Amino acid sequence: MLISTENIQYSHPGQAPLSFPDIHLKANEALLVLGKSGSGKTTLLNILGGLLMPHRGSVCIDGVDLNSIQGSNLDLFRGKNIGIVFQKPHLLAPLTVEENLQMAHYFSKKKGQEINRLLDELGIGVKSKSRVQNLSEGEAQRVSIARALVNSPKLILADEPTSSLDDENTFKVLNLLQTQAKKIGAALIIVTHDQRVKDHIPQFIEVKGA
Amino acid sequence: MNLFRLSWKYLTFRPLSTGLNVILLALGLAIITVLLLVQDQFENKMTKDAEGIDLVVGAKGSPLQLILSGVYHIDFPTGNIPLEEAKKLSRSRLIKNIIPLALGDNYKGYRIVGTNHDYLGLFEAQFDQGKVWEQPYEVVVGATVALREGLKVGDTFESSHGISVGSHDHEHDYQVAGILAPSGNVIDRLVLTSIETVWYTHEEEAESEDEKDHSELHQEVSKTGFPEGDQAKEVTSLLIQYRSPMAAVQLPRMINSGTSMQAASPTFEMARLFELLGVGVSLLQGLAFLLIGISGLGIFIALYNSLKERKYDLAILRVIGASRGQLVFLIFLEGIMLTSIGALVGILLGHSFLAVIISQNEQGVAASLDAWIFLKGELWILVYALGVGILASLIPAWSAYQTSIAKQLTKS
Repeated sequence: MLISTENIQYSHPGQAPLSFPDIHLKANEALLVLGKSGSGKTTLLNILGGLLMPHRGSVCIDGVDLNSIQGSNLDLFRGKNIGIVFQKPHLLAPLTVEENLQMAHYFSKKKGQEINRLLDELGIGVKSKSRVQNLSEGEAQRVSIARALVNSPKLILADEPTSSLDDENTFKVLNLLQTQAKKIGAALIIVTHDQRVKDHIPQFIEVKGA
Repeated sequence: MNLFRLSWKYLTFRPLSTGLNVILLALGLAIITVLLLVQDQFENKMTKDAEGIDLVVGAKGSPLQLILSGVYHIDFPTGNIPLEEAKKLSRSRLIKNIIPLALGDNYKGYRIVGTNHDYLGLFEAQFDQGKVWEQPYEVVVGATVALREGLKVGDTFESSHGISVGSHDHEHDYQVAGILAPSGNVIDRLVLTSIETVWYTHEEEAESEDEKDHSELHQEVSKTGFPEGDQAKEVTSLLIQYRSPMAAVQLPRMINSGTSMQAASPTFEMARLFELLGVGVSLLQGLAFLLIGISGLGIFIALYNSLKERKYDLAILRVIGASRGQLVFLIFLEGIMLTSIGALVGILLGHSFLAVIISQNEQGVAASLDAWIFLKGELWILVYALGVGILASLIPAWSAYQTSIAKQLTKS
């Protein structure tokens, strides 16, 4: 198993604790996490990415229990092994496209994938020297996908990557995520409330909320 | 990419705010640099110029004015004293050495000082070219005068009456006998000659051409002590060295109460002057610190505000593997880079500012300052600026350290 979780529970202050179904996923597999808005999907994604510590239960990625590592080691582990695509691109505005990806190499202390080839594959090779502000929304989205992929992570997490896209682009982005994940042999977890995604990725779990 | 480049990118991403803060800080530090340079060089120069002079004697008037005109050749002289009285004084057993000065003319704003050869000895002056004056109308020019006016040994020039430019010209030409090597002393800016020369120049004015006795113009001038002169002759001031510490107590009182002359001590008068200037200096210092304080606050506000916009960026950096420590370092680096640039610009600005003052003031005291001397104190300016940078980054860095990634990223 590349990633497996056990009895994860998390409670936001002043709210009833959330329980999440267990996840067991191998490399090269894809999984959807479905649920209504406010059901705690994003909380689960944060826990899986090591951004949030669960109050109970454990997350194991590639044989490493996230509970057992802390501080800068956890940050480094995340940088090396987990790529996260957010709902919005959130690129670093003062940097060019290429430099945004270089930062990921720098902080994870990992050589990862060759940046220009990756950008070419995602169809934004010509933009590598562009300022982030000069990108269209679709291009920015693809740069943020490239940033999640550039360190060849073992696990790719995507938070609502298609919510603001039309059918055609939804299909393109999903296709991109799936092919790239396969290529680097990573497990892919997509958190969404978008029913269209179900047609492309059969395996799913549902988060019910509190 | 590394943290330095990332900090730099963020700084240059907000050129206006960065520029404003750099300028504010640089202005404050420039004022401090100028004060530091002027204070150091002035005090150095003032002590160096007055070295070996225990007492200055001249006509009654302001003692400070007497010192400024007699030692530093800045202010106007207080008047003249009779040669007879000066000679009487020189016989006192309290006095080891006495050098008479006769002022009254200038060459293009540089003062012509009539004196004897002891004056050169007082400053241990070295000759660059030529030799000392021996005949009337022979002069020795200081290094600065020679350089600025392009004078060589054998050149002749006319003097003007009075001690500043623009007065009427005297008719007899002076001849350059020697040029002094640069010494960093007041004599760099002087034209030195015998007292006889100064006398003859002014007698010519009074006498008509045909009455003039030309024979005296070819006699040798006196090289030490006082020149021969009749009762009507005058000198401007006397520089005195004491024979014993006892003289410091007795001599000034004796001169001030027993003669028509006054005595003033350079050390005492300069201490008084610096005390007077001190108010202005403290005021400027206060202004400088205010500017630095404001720029520190400006840097703090700029970092703090940009941090609010950047919390998302910082969270993203954590997602791609940056540790809390690296983010804190990033914020500090930004503050420190900003203030270091400010410090370097400030020091450079301070020196350039002084250079401008000097170039505007060719004959004055400021002309003898050097704008491009770098002091150890300037390193403290750098340290001080870095302190401001660290202080201003403290709270923003702490808030960056505290930021929870998950909370930040789920906020939309």
